[in-house]
Formats: sequence, structure tokens, C-alpha cells
Amino acid sequence: MPKSFDVIVLGGGPAGYVCAIRCSQLGLSAAVIERDKLGGVCVNIGCIPSKALLHSAHLANTIRNHAKRLGIHVGDIRLDLSAAVKHSRQVSEQNSKGVGFLMKKHKVTVISGTGTLLPGKKVAVDTDTYTAAKAVVIATGTRVKGIPQIGLEIDKTTVISSDEALFLKEAPKSLAIVGAGAVGMEFADIFNTFGSKVTVIEMLPRALPIEDADCSDAVTQVFQRRKIDILTGATIKSAKVGADSVVLEVEVAGKVRTVKADKVLMAAGRALNTEDLGLEAIGIKLTDTGFIETDDDLRTSVDGYYCIGDISGPPMLAHKGSREGVHVAEVLSGQRPQAIKYDNIPSVTYCYPEVASIGLTEEQCKERSLDYQVGRFPFSANGRARATIETDGFVKIIRDKKYGEILGAHIVASHASELIHELAVARQNEYTVEEIDLAVHAHPTLSEAVAEAALDSLGRVVHT
Amino acid sequence: MATKVVMEALSPTMEEGQVTKWLKSEGDKVASGDTLAEVETDKAVMELVARGDGVLRKIVVPEGTTVEVGSLVAVIGAEDEDISSFAVDTAIPAAVESSDGGAADAAAVPTGAAPAAVSGDGDRVKASPVARRMASERGIDLAAVHGSGPGGRVVKRDVEGAPPPPAAAITGPGGFEDVPLTQIRKTIARRLAQSTGPVPHFFLTTEIDMERAVEARAALNALEEGPRVSYNDIVLKVVAAALLQHRACNAWWQGDHIRYFNEVHLGVAVAVKGGLITPVIRNAHLKTLRQIAVEVRDLAGRAREKRLQPDEYTGSTFTVSNLGMFDIDQFTGVINPPEAGLLAVGSIVEKPAVEDGRVVIRKRMRVTMSCDHRVIDGATGAQYLQTVRRMLENPLAIVW
Repeated sequence: MPKSFDVIVLGGGPAGYVCAIRCSQLGLSAAVIERDKLGGVCVNIGCIPSKALLHSAHLANTIRNHAKRLGIHVGDIRLDLSAAVKHSRQVSEQNSKGVGFLMKKHKVTVISGTGTLLPGKKVAVDTDTYTAAKAVVIATGTRVKGIPQIGLEIDKTTVISSDEALFLKEAPKSLAIVGAGAVGMEFADIFNTFGSKVTVIEMLPRALPIEDADCSDAVTQVFQRRKIDILTGATIKSAKVGADSVVLEVEVAGKVRTVKADKVLMAAGRALNTEDLGLEAIGIKLTDTGFIETDDDLRTSVDGYYCIGDISGPPMLAHKGSREGVHVAEVLSGQRPQAIKYDNIPSVTYCYPEVASIGLTEEQCKERSLDYQVGRFPFSANGRARATIETDGFVKIIRDKKYGEILGAHIVASHASELIHELAVARQNEYTVEEIDLAVHAHPTLSEAVAEAALDSLGRVVHT
Repeated sequence: MATKVVMEALSPTMEEGQVTKWLKSEGDKVASGDTLAEVETDKAVMELVARGDGVLRKIVVPEGTTVEVGSLVAVIGAEDEDISSFAVDTAIPAAVESSDGGAADAAAVPTGAAPAAVSGDGDRVKASPVARRMASERGIDLAAVHGSGPGGRVVKRDVEGAPPPPAAAITGPGGFEDVPLTQIRKTIARRLAQSTGPVPHFFLTTEIDMERAVEARAALNALEEGPRVSYNDIVLKVVAAALLQHRACNAWWQGDHIRYFNEVHLGVAVAVKGGLITPVIRNAHLKTLRQIAVEVRDLAGRAREKRLQPDEYTGSTFTVSNLGMFDIDQFTGVINPPEAGLLAVGSIVEKPAVEDGRVVIRKRMRVTMSCDHRVIDGATGAQYLQTVRRMLENPLAIVW
């Protein structure tokens, strides 16, 4: 195995492996050092398996709620979590192998092991030292974490994280979820469907706190219909963790209530994998919040070292990491790629109904005293949604009054994750709402709601 | 990918051009930036430059032919490239006027859709919709904004950072002041334009005693220090100096406002073969008599050879036209819009004049000032001429 490469990437997740492939495409020799499975958290214990489980849940709910109406008679359906988990594992395996195949195809060398950074653009893996001619790219990502300060250290049995939740053989009778961000809400959806009594505890005033308030409200309503309890503005005062149950004292609106559950799932943030990398010895600086400090081209404070993905800063999203990986590869090959538009990265939550957003929320527009106009269109008025009985949700577009610029777009819908991309392309190219309307949208589709919302922002919606 | 060579608009006012000389032949290798041909326009002889690399495959417009701006003139391509698709545009344009200098009447009409612009991209500027809107609202010309977006596209931040539209690039910041029209101005403008056409001219003539000016010139030239100073040079210097004291005459009519200049850029009418051109002495008010003399010689010489650059014959704030060398006693010149004034200078003639009640023979020169009545009123113009006369009759008054 050669010991010298143009670029060495530390971490084989979506940021790292994409960076390596792009390097290869641009004629740079690349190596990826991965201590676990290729594909990182995303493929193995994150994005991919959770979406597989969410599909099982969504299908189960659709059958339960709509089969009869749609002319399909089934008896009582029986759900089997371990089978669903098995499917999700198969998908993960397939994808991880797929990444391995991509590494071979693009002639990226994969080095198994834990890498430590050395000065002089070198990385040590066990007793071997590898040298990068151009740069070392740090892409070590994040891991799950508990809140030890209130007695909720992850013990993997009663106090679990997403790592364990994705492998449970059966749904606990009751489950408390700490954190109502995307991860918390997705697991609430899955476990509620598979039979758990779910209580979500969120410190901030609403579920999905970084999304637009309208989106939080819409999803909260749907969850409440399904008897998922969501406690917001809630602080956990104390936690008593037993062998097979946990008791939490939670203060909500000045009153303390007790939440008992078989297990508690910690979904209140992830820890950065920046320890034991050798950063201090090389002099690579961290920011106040613990991320690795980078400039617009993802260079760290030390020449020859770059950083991409979760540990380079928020948003901690796989697609943002991949984009950074591509950017760095292009910079290293001597190109001058367009700056990454961090204000145009879509954010998606995959529970039912999905939430997808891009750009500013309405609150942010207010905070910045922008002169804006909102356009909305509910899916209850959309023909396609009615036909498929997916009428929960809406499209909300925030338009700048002066030039018609799309300041933000927020979608709650069964397929929000797909619908958002029209707005992503529009904002990337500085289109205005007029351009959205002028592009003829096929009928009958859910996407028509996007065009109608654009029209509504101009005061001339047709279908409501 | 073949490159079309088109007749480019080499100056702002150019509408057609005559290919006077091909500097490359069919079959020659050319590179972007090479001069392909010399083109004569209404004002000057300019160079037509290659905008692509390759071989000059076909010359469409032969020497001596005049074509409209935008017409296909030649094709550059790879040696073995099929350029037959250009055949549609290669029909030789209708009007053929050979190089005896006669201006073609309504020049050539090229066949087919002749591409309008220079860069092969058409004249569409790549800009995002938001950028377009912003630019249109702020009066910024997108073509003048540097695009930092993908593929050189103009995006929002480029327009946000673009300077507000330059007024006349010629005068620069602080060189002028725009004054909106007062009611009385508007009324005068409206009424007088009705009776006289676009520019309501009126004319003021005065006869100037040139004895002292003649002496001063002779003395200066006797020093034998470099260029010989002509009477016209002295007139130009005086006109510029006097304009500094009469800003009201150093102005442009701008439709809804008048631009009064703090700098004097003097247009000097020069007769050239087949016509007239006015090269400009920039900042004439700051130049010495010697500088003016040198510059006029250079500009006039190049004007006659039709070798002036566009920025050398545009942007004047006032014009002087001298037909004295043709023994014209006086004449009324036509104002160069959007300027407000023009001075027509006649010859210096020895003639009887009255001094202390006696008839004496004096060297006298008549000048006639043409004024745009929308900008300059009779008294204003007359006062300006008084200053001009004072300076010419008493040359030290120039530096007074």
C-alpha cells in the first residue's frame, strides 16, 4: 500500500468519502481513513436506517388509517419491529458496501483504522504513517451524547441514544424522548407507530424549534392526534434511572410533573469527534462552541489541514458535509469554486408529515425588519393530496416585497423532502416568485401547491 | 467552434463601417486580440480585432465595402471545420461604395439574422432575476457590472456593490453640478423650442480689437521656445478662462435639468476630408497656452488622418469653431448638443475703427456666439462675450 497521497481524508462518512471521490475525479490521489464502516453515521446509524424505519411506520399508519377507504380490506395488522429493523440493517449494509464499491471505482485507497494527525500533513494509523502532498482533510463527524449533569448518561439499556434505538428488538411499552428536534420527532413517530406510549420533552418553547413556527404547530397537531405527548418549555429537574425504567421530574409552565418510562431516548444534540485527534499538538484552533475553526474554503488555522462535515460547524447535515467535501477537493485541485451558500441548505425532518425548509423563517424576517409578504397554500386544497389522502400540511413562501426574492420557504407535507428542491434551485439562482409561477407545474401534483403559494405571496392565488 | 467576425460598434455613434484594409488573408492563423482589418467609421479609422482563435477561413466583406454594425464580416474557425452553415450570412451586402470616400447611402443590409453584439453571446447579459430587478430600479447598467456568480453571472451582491451610474465619465466626481429647472426656465424652454426646433439658437456678435493680442503673439513666438502659438490657440485659452467666470455658459441641456460644469472641456472644430470633427481639449481651463497649442496640433493632425479615439472627440462642454483662415468675417455656428454654447470665430482684418473721435486702422476680429436659449439668456451670453473681449483686448486679464 502506498504511504503517500495528494489528499488524505480522515473519516469515511458522507463528507469524507465524497471529498475523496471528487479529489479522484480531479486527478488527485486520495486515501480515506475509516475506523468503522464506510458511510459513517449517516449510512450506518443515522440517516439511512432511520428513513427505512420511518417508511415502515408510515406504511403501517397508511394501512391502518386509510386502507378501507381506499378499497383494501386487511384484518388487524401486526407490527414487528425487529423485522423492520432487519430491513433497515439490510439497507445500511447495502449502502455501506456501495460506498466501498465507489471507493474502488474511483481508485480511492481505504485505510482501516483510527487515524491521529501529525504535523507536516501526516496521519498515523497504528504503526504506519501516511503523508499528504497537498492536504489532510479532517472529517471525523459526531457521536451521540447524554446529559450527565442531570443523571442521564447513556447506559445503552435504559438511557439510550439513536445508536441503540435503531437496533431495538421490540418497542418499549413507554418511551420518553429528550429533545424535539428532527431526531426526537422522527423516533417519536416510529415508536408511537410500533406501539410505545411516547412523551417528548423539549426545553425550547416548541417542537422542531429551529423550523418556522407554523411548521412546528402543524406537526405538533398531527402528533397530538396520534396521542404523542409533547412537553415544550420543559426542563428536566432530575432523573432516577433504574434497570428497566426511568423516572423524570419535569418542570413545565411552573409546575413539576413526573414522567415514567421504560426507556429514555437522548436526542438533545451530538458530541463533536475532536478529541484525541492531535489537534492541539499541530495547533489547529477550535471555535468557542468547540467546532474546528475554518475559513470560507474550509481551511483550518494550520496550513495544509482542512475540515469538513459536522465538526466544521452547523448545520450538522450530511448534504452540507458532502458539499464541503466537493468544495475542498476543487480548491485543492487549483480551482476557484463558487462560495458555498450556507443560507441555502435545505433542512428536512422525515417524520409524518415531513418538514422541509430553506432560507429564513418568518421570525427571522421579523427580527431583521425585512419588508416581506407571506404566501401559503394548504394541501387540503390540492387535488393530488386529496386523492392520496395526504392532506396534512402546507407550503409557505416568504417573498421580499421589493424584488420578489424568495427569502424563505417552508413545507409540511408527506413529500416535503422532495418538494423543497424546487425552492432550493430557485434560491440558488436568485429567482423570484414570478419565475416559480412562470414555470408551468404539472397537474395533478403536490408541487402545484408550491406554485400556488408563490402566487399567494403575490396576492393572486388561484385555487383557494 | 467557429467564431463569427462582425462589424462592431467601435464608437458610440457608429452605425456603419467601411472595411478599408484586410491585414490578414484567408488561411492565416489568427489569435484572439490580433488586428484583422482596418475599418473606417464616420469619425476615425479603427481596428477590427479577432475575438477567437483559429484560422481566418472566410472573408465575407471585401476591402472598400461598407456594412452596417452587426453584419457578418468574416469567419474564424478550425482548419477543417465545416463553416457552410455561415453561408446564409455570407451574401455580400447590397450597398457597395468603394473607397473614394463617398458616404454610402443607407448602408448595407446584411442578410439573415446578423448577430448584434461583440462577444458572440448576443447582447444578453447573464444576470439573476433579482439582480436584474435591483439594477433596473437603481438605474445601473448590468453590462457595466462585474459578475461574480457562476459563469460570470451578475448576482445580487454585485449589483448591491455597484457604484451608482456614472454621470458623464468624462468629468469625474465634483466636476459638475446638476440643477433642476426652475419654472421660468421650463417655460422659456418650452416656448422657444416650439418656434425654432429642438435647440432654440440665438446669436450674439461682437467685434474685438486684436492689436494687443497680435503683439502678444508675436512677442511669444519671438522667444522661439517650442511650438508656435496661433491666434486660435489664444482664442481657445481665453474662451476657457472666461467660461470659468461664466459657468452658466459652460453647460449641457439635459431635458429635465441643466448640467453646469466646473471644468472646461473645449471642443475645437477641425475640418477633415468630407466633413467636420471636434476633438476635445480636456480640462482646457487648467492648461497653459503652450499645452493647448501642442494639443491642438496633435489632435487636429490625427483628426485629419481619422485616427482619433472615441473619448477624444466626445465630452466637450463648449465648442469653438474658427473659419478665419478661410477669410470668413463672421458666421453663425450650430451648437453641438447637448452643449449650450458655441463660439464662431472670424478672420482678423485690418479695418477702420473709431478712437477718441478719430478714425484709425485697427486689427479687428468678429466672433459670434450661438446660445441655446433654454440654458443661456441674452444677457448671460452677452456678459460672457464681454469677458472674452476684455481678455483678448487686454491679454493680462486672462490671469487677472
